[in-house]
Parts: sequence; structure tokens; C-alpha cells
Amino acid sequence: MNLEYLLNHYEEAVAMILFGIGFSNLLLQKNLIKKIIGLNIMDTATYLFLALKGYIDGRKAPVAVNGVTDVEAYVNPIPSGLVLTGIVVSVSVTALMLSLTIRLYRRYHTLDLDEITTRLKKEGK
Amino acid sequence: MELVQNFPFMSIILSLFSGPLCSILNGKWAKRVNTAVIILVGAMSAAVLVFVLDTGEPFIYRMGHFPAPWGNEIRVGVLEAFMAGFFCVIMLLCMMGGAREREQHIEESKRNLYYVMVNLLLCSLLALIYTNDLFTAYVFVEINTISACGLIMIRQTGRTIEAATRYMIMSLLGSGLLLLGICHLYAVTGHLLMSNIAQQVQVLAATYQYHTTLMVALGLMSVGLAIKSALYPFHAWLPDAYGYSTLSSSAILSSLVSKGYIFLLLKIFYRVMGFQVVTESRVVNVLFVFGILGMLMGSVNAIRTEDLKRMISYSSVAQIGYIYMGLGLATEAGTVASIYHVLSHAATKSLLFVAAAGLTDASRGNHFKDITGAGYRNKLAGVAFTTGSLSMVGMPMFSGFISKLFFAQAAVGHGVKMLPTFIALAISTILNAIYFMKTVIRIYTPMPKSEGRTISIEEQPSKSAALLLFVLLNLILGLNSEPVIRLIQSGLKMFD
Repeated sequence: MNLEYLLNHYEEAVAMILFGIGFSNLLLQKNLIKKIIGLNIMDTATYLFLALKGYIDGRKAPVAVNGVTDVEAYVNPIPSGLVLTGIVVSVSVTALMLSLTIRLYRRYHTLDLDEITTRLKKEGK
Repeated sequence: MELVQNFPFMSIILSLFSGPLCSILNGKWAKRVNTAVIILVGAMSAAVLVFVLDTGEPFIYRMGHFPAPWGNEIRVGVLEAFMAGFFCVIMLLCMMGGAREREQHIEESKRNLYYVMVNLLLCSLLALIYTNDLFTAYVFVEINTISACGLIMIRQTGRTIEAATRYMIMSLLGSGLLLLGICHLYAVTGHLLMSNIAQQVQVLAATYQYHTTLMVALGLMSVGLAIKSALYPFHAWLPDAYGYSTLSSSAILSSLVSKGYIFLLLKIFYRVMGFQVVTESRVVNVLFVFGILGMLMGSVNAIRTEDLKRMISYSSVAQIGYIYMGLGLATEAGTVASIYHVLSHAATKSLLFVAAAGLTDASRGNHFKDITGAGYRNKLAGVAFTTGSLSMVGMPMFSGFISKLFFAQAAVGHGVKMLPTFIALAISTILNAIYFMKTVIRIYTPMPKSEGRTISIEEQPSKSAALLLFVLLNLILGLNSEPVIRLIQSGLKMFD
């Protein structure tokens, strides 16, 4: 029964796998740019999950056109709103991370965070 | 509706808009605006506290006056108002104590940006305390992270930028997990307002529906917030971030930022999931184990380090461990002890940071060897550091003793968790005593030849005033703990 459920809801499984990929990239990669890519995969996976939760088969985006105001015609708009908010948040943290990366690169000419740490320890301050 | 009931919302908006305002002012005026905002918000929180104590029940402020399942809400009880006021006091004292360091460490042209960050931090802390909406909480968690990152990297050295990067990476991992947890919870309950989620969770728990999803959501949110508040295995970023940033940043980060997340976790435990569900889950046991590990390992690391500021930072890891241990006990007494420890740690750790800066000012450096005899060169900082150390070790009269007492009392009669708690408390107290008393003895070891310069109280008026007030706050919390505990207890009753 569980496998069948999984096959019917494979989109959610995909979202979770993508989240795992993004999470482990953000945690384990040494290269800062790859870390940031991991961050974006992770966030996007969450948005995919949210969008799936709001989607109702056969219904349209919640924009009132042609005078249709029936609730039954549209998908749940709240997850879409959450996704939009989430995108704003992830854009700003990505920008912040990229600016930090630029600063580190200008100082140390490398994107490898571990190497930067060892070099800082060697400098001893 | 009374005017006072608007104050929580007004204080959030005030600190939010004073942020951008500071970015167009020069450093001097930005500082004045910042101080005024903190004092005003503190006064408003005090008024709200008096109001809530008077009515004896929490009130809900509806944003835009939309009714419950659709609108966004602020929910204020005794605990929320008290925390908001307390955080304002600590933040004001931290800013006072670190004024001179800010002038040294931050470039003239960027000084106003620091106040932008502090105002935004205050705004996000207030929102985390007051909000009744889980997704709003997530957004403000991110604002909190971004402004905390700004506080770390405003002092431009290689160390701080590296520390800020590591801080951001760990924080983003945490907020990713938190967001996923919130999404799962939304998927099974269909609500985002905490009170509405709680109703649905009760229904689901009673019928045992979606049990796995609920547990996964609870686990994801707990782990996410634990990562963000630097629970033991996730603490790697903390010593660098606290140790190398400018003084007011390290004091604010250690005493307030991590506490905001803990407060949110408390809200999730009590208001969103319902304490019954949390107690029955095994998530609390995980927090308990890591809390105990943190208490021990944080102190061991603090003993091994040779740098004064890093030692105090590692001690923060141990204290966060205490708080999570109390939450992990999963009893009301444990939670009360944890909340009291949040207050006690906030008051003591910022005192220690400011006093340590006073000691190193009178010496040649941060290193352990340099501060020998610093207690004679800067008398007030020496006394304040000793006070903070005694409080951390758990001497009666100071706040640290009360929280240890309450942790021990909460553990009594708990069955399985009683013995580990006692042993951990005992060992951790000894470890605390080792590194704090070692430092106190060192700063009162007379030096034959003058190694640094002597600093009198009048030379650094704002820092001396901050130190005195911190010591006073500590004594108030320590000697007058009963009203505070009663406040926390009545606040917890209003919580769910």
C-alpha cells in the first residue's frame, strides 16, 4: 500500500529528495558557490512541495477572469502566497551569501571555506 | 479596544521603520534614534505587561481586523510582554556597554548601518515574541538571521567575514528545516495561525491520524530551531562569531538572538503542537540528550581555549545546553526553569562580555596571559566579571544559582531523566567553576611590573554605567526570583 501511495504522489517524493540534495550540498560542499546552489535547490524544493499542497486537479489559478467567482473553479491560493513570500526571503539570503562570498574571495582568492579557515588559523588572529 | 492593546503592533512597526530611517541619518543621529526606539519599545512593553497583569488574560490583536482563520494575529500574554521588555533592557545595556568599541571597530561612514541592523534585530525579536502566525514567524526568523549576520560582519576583518559566512550557512540549514516543518504542518492541518493549528492537531492526535507527519513536522521544527540557537553539535560557528565581532554585537548575539529562537520553539511546543503531544513524542528526549552533551562539551571546550572572549562564547554553548535540557524534561517545572535560565543567561552573559572587554582594555590583548592582574587595573570590570562568574558557577545570591536550583527541582521525581540531570548539573558546575574561577584568580593575581594601563571608572562612563546596571539586574534576578518565577508561571498558563 505504501509503495502505491508513493507512486501516486511521486511529486512530493521528488520534492523531498530535492530537499535532501540541496540540504546536503549546503552542509557538505566546500566550495561556497556550490553551497549557495545547494541552498537554492533546498528552498526551491520546499516551494515545489508547497505548490503541490495547494494544487487541486483540474482547477485554475486563482485569478478571477470572465466573471467566474465560484470557489470550486480555483486552486488553493494560500500556498502560492507562501511560495511568493518564501522566494523573496530566499532571494535576499542568496544575495547576502553571494556578497559574503565576494568579500572572502577578494581577501583570500579562493572559494574553499575550509582552506580559508585553515589559513586564518595559521595567521593566528 | 484600548490604546495599550495597539502597543505590541506599534512597537514592531516602530522598530521596523526606524531601521530604514537610520540608513539616511549620520552615525550620531542614528545612535540617538536607536536608543530612543529601544527605550520607547521597552516602555510600551512595560505598559502592555501592566495591562495584561491587570486583566489577567491574554489578548489578540487582529491585523487589518480580518477574523481568525484568514487574518494575521498578534497574541500577547504576560510572558510575551515581559520577555519583550526584558530584551529591550538587555539590548539597551549592551549598546551602552559597547559604545567605545563600536567607534574603534566600525568605519565612520558605516556606523549608521549598524543601527539599521540593531533596529531590524529588535523588530524581528519582537515579532518572534508576539506573533501568532507560524509563517510570519518564519519570515521574521530570516530577518533575524540576516540582521545578526550584519552585526557580525560590520567589523571588517577576515575572521568576522568567515564567521558570518559559517553562521549564515548553519542558520540557513536551520531555517530550511523549519520551513519544511511548517509546510508539513500546514499540509495536514490547513492553517497557519497557531491557535487554529493547535485545534486541528488536537483532533488529529485524538484520532491518531497523520501521526508520522505530525512527528516529522515537530522534529523538523525543533531541529531547525535548535541548529539556529546553537545547540551542542551545531555550535561550530558560535565561538568565532561571538569571539571576533565588536563588543555590542557579541553581547547581543549571545544574550538575545539565540533566545528569540528558543522562545519561538517554546511557542511551537505549547501553542502549536500542544504540550501533551510534545511530551508523548520522543523529540524532547533528543533535545534532552543533546542539551546534556552541550552542557558538558561546551564547558570542556571553554576550559581548553586560551582566549578570554572565546572562553565566554563556549560557555554560551553550555548554557544553551541547560535551556534545552530543561525543555527536554517535558514538565512544566522544567520549562519554567528553562525560561528563567533564558533571563538569567541573557543578563549574565552580556555582563561577562562587557566586563571582559573592560579587562582587555586594561591589558595588551585578549590572550589569557595578557589579562593577569587586570582586575587591579580596571577595578569595576574586575568586580563585574567576578559577579558574572559567580552567577555562572551558581553561587547563591546570583541568578545562576536560582536557575540551577529550579533545574534540579524540576528533575526530582522525573524517573529516568532524574539521575542524568543531577549528574550533568554537578559535573557542569564543577567545569564552570574550573574555567571561571581560573580566570577570576588570574585577573586578581598581582603583577610586579605594570603590564597595561589603569582605567578608572570615570574614563569609560557608559561602559561603567552598563556594568553597574548589569550587576544590579543580576542581583535583582538572584535575590528577588520569586515574583519573576510567578510571572513566568502565570505567563505559561496564558500561553496555550
